Amino acid sequence: MSLDVALLRKDFPLLEREVHGRRLVYLDSAASSLPPHHVVSAMSTYYETTHANVHRGVYATAEEATRLYERTRKVVGSFLGSAHGEEEVVFTKNTTEAINLLANSWGRANLGEGDVVVLSIMEHHANIVPFQMLAAERGIELRWIPIDREGRLILDELDTLLEGAKLCSVTAMSNVLGTINPITELAEAAHRAGALIHVDAAQAVGHLPVDLVEWDVDFLSFSGHKILGPTGIGVLWGRAQLLEAMGPFLGGGGMILDVSTERFLPAASPQRFEAGTPPIAEAVGLTAAIEYLSALGMAEVRQHEAALTTAALARITEQFDGRVSISGPGAAPDRGGVLSLTLEGVHAHDVAQILDSVGVCVRPGHHCAKPLMRFLGVPATARASFGVYNDLDDVEVLLEGLEEAARLFS
Amino acid sequence: MAELEELYREIILDHYRSPRNRGELETPPAHRTEGFNPLCGDEVVVTIDVEDGVLKDIKIGGQGCSISQSSASLMSAAVKGLPLDEVRAKIATFKTLMSVHEAQLEDAESAEEPEPVDLRSLGELAALQGVVKFPVRIKCATLSWNTLTQGLDELSA
Repeated sequence: MSLDVALLRKDFPLLEREVHGRRLVYLDSAASSLPPHHVVSAMSTYYETTHANVHRGVYATAEEATRLYERTRKVVGSFLGSAHGEEEVVFTKNTTEAINLLANSWGRANLGEGDVVVLSIMEHHANIVPFQMLAAERGIELRWIPIDREGRLILDELDTLLEGAKLCSVTAMSNVLGTINPITELAEAAHRAGALIHVDAAQAVGHLPVDLVEWDVDFLSFSGHKILGPTGIGVLWGRAQLLEAMGPFLGGGGMILDVSTERFLPAASPQRFEAGTPPIAEAVGLTAAIEYLSALGMAEVRQHEAALTTAALARITEQFDGRVSISGPGAAPDRGGVLSLTLEGVHAHDVAQILDSVGVCVRPGHHCAKPLMRFLGVPATARASFGVYNDLDDVEVLLEGLEEAARLFS
Repeated sequence: MAELEELYREIILDHYRSPRNRGELETPPAHRTEGFNPLCGDEVVVTIDVEDGVLKDIKIGGQGCSISQSSASLMSAAVKGLPLDEVRAKIATFKTLMSVHEAQLEDAESAEEPEPVDLRSLGELAALQGVVKFPVRIKCATLSWNTLTQGLDELSA
């Protein structure tokens, strides 16, 4: 069954907004997705009927709040194909914090002088800088999986790169190129080399069906606000025995078993990694987002976004042949709904500014992936990215804006 | 669209397409300063040659959008050959043009009547006033000016 996009668009009130006298055309879902009203109303219902702090109170609403918060771990686990979410899902504030947690808690327990972490050249800064910080402090070595001109990982030398590595940390889908990486293959190679693998799935969860059993990874991270959920909540999923062997991350209330003036004893995982009052309403919103996506069906979501991407690439090529270049692996099966555009003679900032004047939201810049941009040799691109609510009408307005940019700068 | 035409005036597009004083002076004797806008990745390299209190020469390198590049080009043309106190005055006037409007946008209700900027004293630079309607782009327009200021400060330190 294909999605009825015209119908589901009604679930996203922001799409009814106008800017500069034009219909808002939201093409920035790779930065943050729009929430359906289900998510917003679940959160406001929670605040109006239930709210209390979790894990503390004995009264009815505090117990309800705790149950809703803890239930989200199960919901996230099931969505990713795991039956043990309650032990494996750690809540963070976003993907960035999830990777920092991993680099700090797992890294400090397992990495020392000369140890190797393998990243790829297409990573977001969130999957680079935490390891660079650790490298500077501990003298670990970072190695980089290269990419080819089409924006795919070059895996010929992967086994050599992974030799002696303790961790491989790669993105499931590039936020610049749209490349969908072969995670199962990468996980096999990492495990063969005796390394663990973490997947930055910020651009994948919510856009593709994700199956932890098939991927066979050890850690995975993503953000709520990129899968139609709220900001302020992210997830680090990890194998239970790995999480249990990791030290705490932030210190404070909620992450301890006992505290005296001499020492503290950390709580069991996952509470050990969640100091302070957690994002409770956001967890409720995340559950609502996952339920919304599950009702649509992730295979259907992917099918719609893939078809839209293929059609958009064809339209842009048809109308702008030679004037617009798009990074990434073309209209291939391993291509997600991210189009990084370069319009000849017009800088990405100017493109984005002019697109705004016709109501189109895209993101200009380096997309927090400067090593990749250096490799591509482009200082900035204007990135249009799709969500489940986009359709070909949106692409037509994008083309209108691109024509306007070309005209102004001609 | 009127605001867009105001932003992308012909003078700005001209300086974007044919930037003046493009390149880098040899260092030393020239002084080199880099400026970055980490938000968008714009980079500017300002090399200046100061002799006897006069900005004898200036060249601009780097890359960025039409606003940052044209502003840098316009700046180089406006300050080249001027005594340093006049360079500083020019910078102050330009920054006022940008920041006064910035303050107005941030606090439209309570903003006091801004000190009027004499646009005639700015010459071609006045073409950049359309930028102030686009708050995000003010950083693009001021990047090269802040970098020049930093360079002058480093020289006088």
